[in-house]
Amino acid sequence: MSGEHLAVKPINPDLQIKLVLVALLLAVFFTSLFIGRYDIDPFTIVMILLAGFIDQVVGFLSWPAAAFAPWQHSLSHVSGFIASFFDMIASLVHPIYHTWPPVMETVVWEVRFPRSLVAILVGSGLAVSGTTFQGTFRNPLVSESILGVSAGAGVGAALGILLDQNSYVIQLFAFGFGMLAVAMTFMISRIYRSNPTLVLVLSGVIVGALFSAITSLFKYIADPYTKLPDIVFWLMGSFARASIKDVYITAPVLLISMSVLYLIRWRLNVLSMGDEEARALGIDTGRLRALVILCATLITASAVCISGLVGWVGLVIPHIGRMLVGPDHRKLMAAAILIGGSYMLLVDIICRNLTAGEIPVSIVTSIIGAPIFLYLLKKSREGWS
Amino acid sequence: MCAKLEVSKATFSYNGKRNIFEDISFSVDEGDVFCILGPNGTGKSTLLRCLCNLYRLQSGSIRIDGHEISQMSQSMLARNVGFIPQIHTPTFPYTVLEVVIMGRTPHLSMISVPSEKDYIVAEEAIRMADIEDIKDKPYTELSGGQMQMVLLARVLAQEPRILLLDEPTSHLDISHQIHTIEITRKLAQKGISLIMTSHFPDHAFMASKKVGIMKNRCFMEMGSADEVITEDNLKRAYGSDIKVVYLGGDIGRKITVPMLKSQS
Repeated sequence: MSGEHLAVKPINPDLQIKLVLVALLLAVFFTSLFIGRYDIDPFTIVMILLAGFIDQVVGFLSWPAAAFAPWQHSLSHVSGFIASFFDMIASLVHPIYHTWPPVMETVVWEVRFPRSLVAILVGSGLAVSGTTFQGTFRNPLVSESILGVSAGAGVGAALGILLDQNSYVIQLFAFGFGMLAVAMTFMISRIYRSNPTLVLVLSGVIVGALFSAITSLFKYIADPYTKLPDIVFWLMGSFARASIKDVYITAPVLLISMSVLYLIRWRLNVLSMGDEEARALGIDTGRLRALVILCATLITASAVCISGLVGWVGLVIPHIGRMLVGPDHRKLMAAAILIGGSYMLLVDIICRNLTAGEIPVSIVTSIIGAPIFLYLLKKSREGWS
Repeated sequence: MCAKLEVSKATFSYNGKRNIFEDISFSVDEGDVFCILGPNGTGKSTLLRCLCNLYRLQSGSIRIDGHEISQMSQSMLARNVGFIPQIHTPTFPYTVLEVVIMGRTPHLSMISVPSEKDYIVAEEAIRMADIEDIKDKPYTELSGGQMQMVLLARVLAQEPRILLLDEPTSHLDISHQIHTIEITRKLAQKGISLIMTSHFPDHAFMASKKVGIMKNRCFMEMGSADEVITEDNLKRAYGSDIKVVYLGGDIGRKITVPMLKSQS
């Protein structure tokens, strides 16, 4: 290493990778705000963001000013002093003038900002659940949908569309049927007592096939001019309808489940050594596996209920993470979160800018994911057996 | 004196129809090395798995210091009993150190990660198993024998009071076999009880206080190595002619010599 020639002590490589990944996510996020059909230059974006942020702060500060307003003119009074003090601060921190048309503000704050947040949430969620499933099932070829959650969500969404429900009901159906499918998989796997991980994967395949058949049936009977396109479009995933409400609704579930999985990251390492060894090392594998499946399914179901089905992310991102930081879940989980978010956001930028119309997300993730996966397969083949 | 590990009338069956072993009773004290011999497929490994509750007995009991193991929590049990499987199929390329430190898991809470202290224990285990040179290698790239030493280091890092070794020397070259035997002797001196299965009666002579030969679902013979490992018993167990020879001088122990059919 030529490190010793440098005067500066090289920082810990793990931290270095993490910092690069954080910087990448921020850069992609910022880029996602100014790239789009409606042209806004990066400088204006910065100003809009700052102004919006300051508006929030001022709004927060003006609350005490308003509360104490009746005494504003009697300066001798303490409350009057407080009121004018906050007024003063509020006027101090408001040096940015809105020199841009209001439509820009709408585009940034109401369209692109929530859409990008949703893309990040979905991407990191799918990456985390894919990572934990690959570890839990000791199989680098499984993804977050292996237990049937996506197939179930598909049925839920298709049913919601068939029944002419509004988008909230469709989301709720997608979430509920996704959970239902995995619950069925889990129940079926309980029938057989040997080799729990293999039986789970096999039950997942069975339940997935069943639910896919039901989705096909719904597509077959759907009105081909009004409903069928909606179903098909949902099954291919999109962030086009993402709103800040989606973030409010799903972020708590996503963040809590992701935190739980992050907290048990060490146990995921041990679980990936196989059921018998993990038990010999003191882990109640039945209970841990149930917790992992619950959290990962909550994440995936929440993600797909706002974005529709998004394939390949939970399969490919864990491999990219392993290539960068190794298989240890203590480092891999954070890497998956960061890479997953950046990747999904990048894909969404492509989806909404490449052609005149929106391209469904899954099409892009598959087209990009397949060659990446092929490359990773070749590169890290010797690591798997 | 109260026996540390006490097995009484243990019976196990995979399917409830055919018993793998039945009515087995024995006890192991602090510092004992109990070596289980016997032909392939007699249920030696199954017995070891029952001793750490990976399999549940059909009937009978296994107690540690008087506590039934099926009543213990998994982590409580793992703090008392360590187990090395005979075969391990790796999936992800963890480094050797990462694998060894997994031995500390029963000492950690649900959401904690290994601390500095755990690393010190793991490094010590790595030193004891003499695998410092491969510490940072991905363990997927190791040979079967190296992997066996890594798993030994992992169970050492676990610091159990009872150690179950399933053919710990099966993939090892002769020097590592001896090294492993020496480690077992050292551990026994520290007061750890060891139970191991083996295909080498010689290892039993070198390390064991107690030997049992498993055949036809139960122990055919049990006792000290000298009493149990006799030409007669080996013939009954394995069906082949094996001579037991005492080598005097600075060797001073018995060895077994398998005879070729044409010789006898």
